[in-house]
Amino acid sequence: MNLLKIAWKNIASKPLNTSLSLILLAFGVGVISLLLILETRLKEQFDRNIKDIDMVLGAKGSPLQLILANVYHIDAPTGNISRKEAEKIIRNPLIEEGIPLAYGDNYKMFRIIGTTHQYPRHYEVELAKGKLFDTSYAVTIGSKVAQELGLQLGDTFNSAHGLQDETDVHTNKDFTVVGVFKESSSVIDQLILTEMSSIWGVHEHVGEETGKDPSDEITAVLLKKKSPLALVLLPNLLRETNMQIALPAIEINRLTQNFGIGMNTLQAIAILIMVLSFISVFISLYNSMRERKYELALMRSMGGTRTTLFALILSEGFLMTFVGLLLGLFLSRIGMMVLSSVMEDQFNYDVTNFGILPMEWLLIGITIFVGVLASLLPAISAVRLDISKILADG
Amino acid sequence: MLQSSNLTFSYPNGTSFSFPDVFCEEKGHLLLLGESGQGKTTLLHLLAGMLRPSAGSVGINGTDIAQLDRKAMDTFRGQHIGIVFQTAHFVESLSVEDNLILPQYLAGKTIDRNKAQLIIGRLNLTQKLHEKTRNLSVGEQQRVAIARSLMNDPAIVLADEPTSALDDRNAEEVISLLEEQAALSGAGLIIVTHDQRLKDRFEKSVVL
Repeated sequence: MNLLKIAWKNIASKPLNTSLSLILLAFGVGVISLLLILETRLKEQFDRNIKDIDMVLGAKGSPLQLILANVYHIDAPTGNISRKEAEKIIRNPLIEEGIPLAYGDNYKMFRIIGTTHQYPRHYEVELAKGKLFDTSYAVTIGSKVAQELGLQLGDTFNSAHGLQDETDVHTNKDFTVVGVFKESSSVIDQLILTEMSSIWGVHEHVGEETGKDPSDEITAVLLKKKSPLALVLLPNLLRETNMQIALPAIEINRLTQNFGIGMNTLQAIAILIMVLSFISVFISLYNSMRERKYELALMRSMGGTRTTLFALILSEGFLMTFVGLLLGLFLSRIGMMVLSSVMEDQFNYDVTNFGILPMEWLLIGITIFVGVLASLLPAISAVRLDISKILADG
Repeated sequence: MLQSSNLTFSYPNGTSFSFPDVFCEEKGHLLLLGESGQGKTTLLHLLAGMLRPSAGSVGINGTDIAQLDRKAMDTFRGQHIGIVFQTAHFVESLSVEDNLILPQYLAGKTIDRNKAQLIIGRLNLTQKLHEKTRNLSVGEQQRVAIARSLMNDPAIVLADEPTSALDDRNAEEVISLLEEQAALSGAGLIIVTHDQRLKDRFEKSVVL
């Protein structure tokens, strides 16, 4: 027998009142914690993929689109640029390194990227088996690609034109898997990497139709700057061209800020729900305290002190808050699992991680504090009961 | 042993009472008789330390409880006084057994479930030990309330109108139980009542 046990039995004996408070509390905590997790994990994922890419050079258009397409591989590219023009920029003394990317095809929705060995090296991806692509039509595939498509070393496939479509299949050339990367939680996991020449080769016929030389076309260059001056001077160099430079950090900030508006609205609603739940905890405790005032007086008559009653009511508030809190955190984890599977399907982004975030500890602290605060007034009223009068009226 | 002297009490609304001295020897029995409005319950609450007298003293086993502070009074009451109310009340969310050991916990004594079983066995309610109190009949509830008042081996059991709501047969039974159980636990017994039926059963009585 102890106070927590009595408190527990007391709140459990009022299932209706208690569950109303619990549902509200769990819902409020759940939504807030879900938002916190989502924001944090997405930001982590975004940051991991930016990884020292200072600038992206690509065709004019939406800078955000340029970043989303070429850093995160979740949007269509803005168009192609001339390789010769791009190389001039890469050789600029303000630039330390430039990684060319050539887009064009997909295999079963996974994007095939023509690039150089700089690209996997930049993300510090290691090989699980096989080797890096070293000839045209040799591909090294990301861990997720290998896992989902069941591709093995030596398997061959035909690519389809575009990034989404599987109808327009290039049958002229076979790609051969020569290597598989280890999982790195970076974009490489969901990409098929090959020599630039492969992309150009596949699209030779396109060149014949349009009169452009496909080997002069790339989609973008990921740039690392040598000097911060590059950020100021390069845009001037590009004024006369069809190229632009976009900064991932800035574009992603813009994106998360826009995201932020929706998040803030949801957060405000969740906080409102939590306020309601605290009011509900308060009303429920206050009512049950009044209903049970004879019981409380009785406990005094059997030797319980005023401190005992105070602690009892506070424990009931604490227990209710604590259980609601646990339910809420559980709920947000479930929500995250659902969201994560949706996001994996759509963006190949895995956001599962069940650890408790620093901001969530704050949420836990505040919730318990306010929950106990809501039980303070009922607890004080319990202390002030005139036991003689209550027992005499019995 | 309980001894009160020159007890007076005034309510904030001006009603005031002065009571005759009450003396109950160790393991003795005493009846406090009075019509309603004469302060029977007030006197009982004074003897139990739930009200503080305006003047006078209440000595229980050598302690003047009127001098104890509120916290010490609560604890003293838990350890030395058992109270049986007119209608039995319990902590509804707890089982019969937990309601019985509650006085031990609240008075800061060691929890002794065997004792609960022993006393409830004396009252023939062993099979009800794990029931919720609300599932018991009124008579059974009153018996559990008597058992509860004896859990801490009190020096004195104070009973407030324990028979007023009962017919002759039940009243007889409850009083016998109270006397018998108080004697078995070695406790004195003071019954406050206006029930004239009890007058002849007790050797000693004080009329208010």
